[in-house]
Amino acid sequence: MNQTKNSLMQLNILGAGCASCVGKIEKAINSVEGVDSAEMNFADRTVLVNGKASAELIIKAVESAGYNASQIKAESAEDVMNEKEQADLQHYKSLLRHTIIALSVGIPLMIYGLFIGEMTVSTLLEQVVWGLVGVVTLAIMLISGRHFYIGAWKSFLNHNANMDTLIALGTGTAWVYSMLIVAFPQLFPEMARHVYFEATAMIIGLINLGLALEVKARGKTSEAIKRLIGLQAKTARVIRDGKDLDIDIAHVLLNDHVKVRPGEKIPVDGVVIEGNSTIDESMLTGEPMPVEKVIGDDVVTGTLNKSGSIIFKATRVGKDTALARIISMVKRAQNSKPPIGRLADVIAAYFVPAIMIIATVSAMVWFNFGPEPSSVFAIVSATTVLIIACPCALGLATPMSVMVGVGKAAESGVLIRNGEALQTASKITAMVLDKTGTITEGKPQVTDIILVNTDSEEQVLALSAGIESHSEHPLAQAIVESANDRGIEAINTEHFNAISGKGVEAEVDGQILLFGNLKLMQDKNIDIGFNEAKAQVLAENAKTPMYLALAGQLLAIIAVSDPIKPDSIEAIARLKRSGIKVIMLTGDNKATAAAVAKKVGIDDFFAEVMPEDKANKVAELQQQNEVVGMTGDGINDAPALALADVGFAIGTGTDVAIESADITLMRGSLHGLADAIAISKATLRNIKQNLFGAFIYNVAGIPLAAGVLFPVFGILLNPVIAGAAMAFSSLTVVSNANRLRLFKAKEH
Amino acid sequence: MLINLLCIALIGFIIWWFWLYKPTKDSSVDASTLILVKDGVYTPARIKISANTPTEITFLRQDKSGCSATVLLPDLEISQDLALDKPTTISLPALEKGEYPFHCQMQMYKGVLIVE
Repeated sequence: MNQTKNSLMQLNILGAGCASCVGKIEKAINSVEGVDSAEMNFADRTVLVNGKASAELIIKAVESAGYNASQIKAESAEDVMNEKEQADLQHYKSLLRHTIIALSVGIPLMIYGLFIGEMTVSTLLEQVVWGLVGVVTLAIMLISGRHFYIGAWKSFLNHNANMDTLIALGTGTAWVYSMLIVAFPQLFPEMARHVYFEATAMIIGLINLGLALEVKARGKTSEAIKRLIGLQAKTARVIRDGKDLDIDIAHVLLNDHVKVRPGEKIPVDGVVIEGNSTIDESMLTGEPMPVEKVIGDDVVTGTLNKSGSIIFKATRVGKDTALARIISMVKRAQNSKPPIGRLADVIAAYFVPAIMIIATVSAMVWFNFGPEPSSVFAIVSATTVLIIACPCALGLATPMSVMVGVGKAAESGVLIRNGEALQTASKITAMVLDKTGTITEGKPQVTDIILVNTDSEEQVLALSAGIESHSEHPLAQAIVESANDRGIEAINTEHFNAISGKGVEAEVDGQILLFGNLKLMQDKNIDIGFNEAKAQVLAENAKTPMYLALAGQLLAIIAVSDPIKPDSIEAIARLKRSGIKVIMLTGDNKATAAAVAKKVGIDDFFAEVMPEDKANKVAELQQQNEVVGMTGDGINDAPALALADVGFAIGTGTDVAIESADITLMRGSLHGLADAIAISKATLRNIKQNLFGAFIYNVAGIPLAAGVLFPVFGILLNPVIAGAAMAFSSLTVVSNANRLRLFKAKEH
Repeated sequence: MLINLLCIALIGFIIWWFWLYKPTKDSSVDASTLILVKDGVYTPARIKISANTPTEITFLRQDKSGCSATVLLPDLEISQDLALDKPTTISLPALEKGEYPFHCQMQMYKGVLIVE
């Protein structure tokens, strides 16, 4: 915080037992140079200090008055994230330390066993030497493997078993068996007097290494959320009592006036009350073009002010800002599981005890039917089965990919509600698009004025704006706005009458003024001659033609059209290329609907659909066994969005009802929709790879460890190799999920 | 023979201890207890809460392992990151009677909310 500027800070006061302390404390703080004001809240024992003085000086002053104080720092999401990173780093380092300690004993032992001598016990000297090695191994187990044994024991007491159980049992069995050989070699046949201390040390080392690398890789999976959290500014410059104050964003209040200069981030949500600027919203919406902001426009937390200084009024602060809600939604979604992960969960729940049983059965089979020394084979196979089985890879397969996929989507301005929405989106076969506001801009504009029995466009607009100013029809607004834009004053009309489904009529200076469609003209016997053909051409070009007639004479044809968003055509082509049937719904007339559909390359459309019938259309498609996605603005499409298998709310900018849809598209472009589907497909593919990998690993690894290849090929897996395989199996899953970070929804 | 009998007894024990065992005396505690997340277990792991009343439960994570960092309540679509060495409170909505399991991502940690 800038020390030369005034700032606001909050302190906790300890030891203030009576209300009379308030005056004393305030006085002490006020006496500090640079403090403008200090106000104590006795109820919650806090004091709010305004001024330039540092926290240390103020705390000292409070202490010298006989109390204790500490600065209250709002714990931002960024602080929490940094703390987590710090904790992860420490954890990583400690795991590496464990790895080095364990491997520094395991590797020399293994080299000795492989190349130098026999790890067998026959003589007293060998008993002593291997006994010492056994003690060193026990020390390794207690130092580097402590967490496995404690975890395994506590879980056991809770009738629960997990990865720790398997590692503890595997390494424990190898060690106990080896120590029995050392202590009582005569109890075992000579061939069976082999010790496995190297296996214990190596397995502990390798598994610690695997965990360490996993911690690193896991950190990367939350990069997207880190980036979102990083968008939040730390301080805001608010104007209070005519002065600029730099304050922690946690202290910004609703309706505060906040000043933002070029190059600074918008600290809280608000509405511009002074100045104008362009703002880069790409970090939230994925929309690359900066957006022009003038008085009355909304500004959103985390976006970047580019060109001018603005002052805005705070409308949402703290946890309510759009950014905060996006972050919490992304976090929630990242931890939710799509249905595809449920089978793995069920398996994981029964996995560990099942492995223990398999290990025991394997030991029995080797003991009874195996070659000599059968007890060695029994122990080696049981240990290897316990060590190679990896419930973690199964457990991690789905959540890691969801974490990366949901984060990746958020980076492209696509907010996915949960894992289920993610999975269903990848299976969509039919996509229903609302026309107005989804394919088109949702802002009708006057595009053509064809003059017939007049040569004054001004007169035509003045008359049409005059009559339409009484109407509530959406197209009427376009006419009135067009007149306003050109500075044309509407002519006063009287006796206004709306003729349902046809248009409007009124009187101007005693003459009848009509404005509406062809039917209205025919009803009123207006001769339109060959102008109908011109109107037809307009309709075929996705425009809505309307006729204006005064005193029984046609004056003009005015065409209004809702422009198609510039990238709708390309985005719809992307959807179709990915094998999705695209269907348009609109309340508009058939000719215009057909024209729009043709222009954007949609084959199926339903025109003249009332808003309440949109949901029925979705249901019809579902009855035809389609997995239906519905895209709309989230307001009047709510029932259809809710009924669809996946509802996509398309927002322009960030003013969207985030809570109303399965997937929210932060920007208005339909490319967001195509991106959402591409990312969900990529994520599901990634989950399937992970699940396949984890299943195959266990399904192939466990029998191999039990020795199914031995009778034919004479191959029995070494427990150390099993330890390495297990350590890297979950790392593989996390790394594969991280590959998703590199996924690019098609460039556009 | 002895080894075989021991192995069969061991298998029987595994099945009973991990799958068939049902706690006879109710070891659950009420929601005001701090749930310690340490060494592979939630302590306590069975939390009793009242039905139809919104409640809060608080976790204190003292384990650095990746799995312990997130607690999931799949039935309630809740997932919460747990800060290290700091209590984290989760607000629960009013729930109907029943059992609601909670666990970490890899299900190494397991617990259950008993709503009565």
